[in-house]
Amino acid sequence: MKSFFKKRTQRKLGKIPSGTFSLDREGQIIASTMPQWFPVAEMRDIGGRVLAFFRNAQQAQMPLQELNVYYPTLRVTARNLRGGALIFLLPQTLPKK
Amino acid sequence: MGSTDTATRSKILLVDDDQDFLEVYWEFLKTLPSGPEVHTASTGPRALAMLESDPFQLLIVDLNMPKMDGLQVIAIARRKYPHLRIVVWTCIADEHFRARAYGMGVDQYWQKPGSEHDRQNFLDSIESIMQRDTQGGFRGVQSKSLVDLIQLECLSQNSSTLKITNGSLKGSIWIQNGELFDAETEELKGETAFRKILAWRTGNFELLPGDEARERAIFSSYQGLLLEMAQEMDEAGGPVAHNDGSHVGMDGMTPLVGLTRFEGVQFVLSVGPEPKCELKSYGLESVDLISDWTQKSLRDFSDLGDFLQVGPVQQITAMSTSNNVALADSSKGDLCVGFRSTLRSDEVRETMRNILAKWES
Repeated sequence: MKSFFKKRTQRKLGKIPSGTFSLDREGQIIASTMPQWFPVAEMRDIGGRVLAFFRNAQQAQMPLQELNVYYPTLRVTARNLRGGALIFLLPQTLPKK
Repeated sequence: MGSTDTATRSKILLVDDDQDFLEVYWEFLKTLPSGPEVHTASTGPRALAMLESDPFQLLIVDLNMPKMDGLQVIAIARRKYPHLRIVVWTCIADEHFRARAYGMGVDQYWQKPGSEHDRQNFLDSIESIMQRDTQGGFRGVQSKSLVDLIQLECLSQNSSTLKITNGSLKGSIWIQNGELFDAETEELKGETAFRKILAWRTGNFELLPGDEARERAIFSSYQGLLLEMAQEMDEAGGPVAHNDGSHVGMDGMTPLVGLTRFEGVQFVLSVGPEPKCELKSYGLESVDLISDWTQKSLRDFSDLGDFLQVGPVQQITAMSTSNNVALADSSKGDLCVGFRSTLRSDEVRETMRNILAKWES
């Protein structure tokens, strides 16, 4: 079936991004230590969600400064920087048995 | 030791690194009806040296000063001179500093006056402190319930304005000659506002001079209102607000109310599964706004997890100086829990994990 939605670049399965990047209030990447294989478009996508999170919280009368999203294999940490954000992607290793 | 003259005439020490402010307010404070002796210091160390050499009744101190900031001065002054009245006088509007200052035992926290009206309020408030000192009385209780405070003010036949802050919420209660006159919070006024404010579980308060111009909007006695509130809260096991804003009892809400027994929890909101998306909340004001934000945030980051192939969202935590909040998806729908801002990120995460386990069970 033909998809009507924009196709996203698929990454190699199992490869989890690790690094830091910052973006301004418009969602433009300012600086990054992300690996080269990680597309800029995906950084913008993550950044957009983070900025929307802080912005919507502000609109809900709950201004927030720090965000942590916990996934089983990744933690996304973000700091609100006057409308922009500093975002850390931290892969989580499984505890050793 | 001070002379007899010093003992009878109140002494104020004004501390600020801004020389212009010092000069202007030195003039203003001198004209107060209680006729205080006003001294100034432009640095923290100088102020402490002056406190050491002379007995002062009131210290008015700025927070933002070079070398030694106002909080350091307050910490030393509060320890060495426990009966010294302390008023913070600053440009910093941050709630975090306000809470810290009150936690250190200051009497009042003022933002530097920006208008003639503000200036007059500030001076009235200082005069009120000086007069209370000359009239005698006990002080020193830094943490008391709002009900205690209202009872104290009414029983003493005082006229005062109570300003209460609960996170982003602000409220005021006006008392005139020991009678409840009016209350206001958000868009509410009178008795409704009074009930709303009393249902808050935590917060900071400031006791300011009364406002004689305030028109009376509460005509019930304070004893009757406090008693009714106590009964309602007792029956409900605490203040419970349903999503339509009405207050309800424990029936049908027990599991949600039970979640607030966890350490540091301030509010709980659950959004039931689609298509009904039934809302239940406890201790929360802006239920609709927060529930929309909760659903959108969980959906957004769940999509992101799928795309990055890192699994489902286990939990989202977010912090600020005034709010800590955690969001999670459960089989019963979305859950949003507000915590005291003093909890650390790892404490919030661990408590939320336990809350989820209880909620699921």
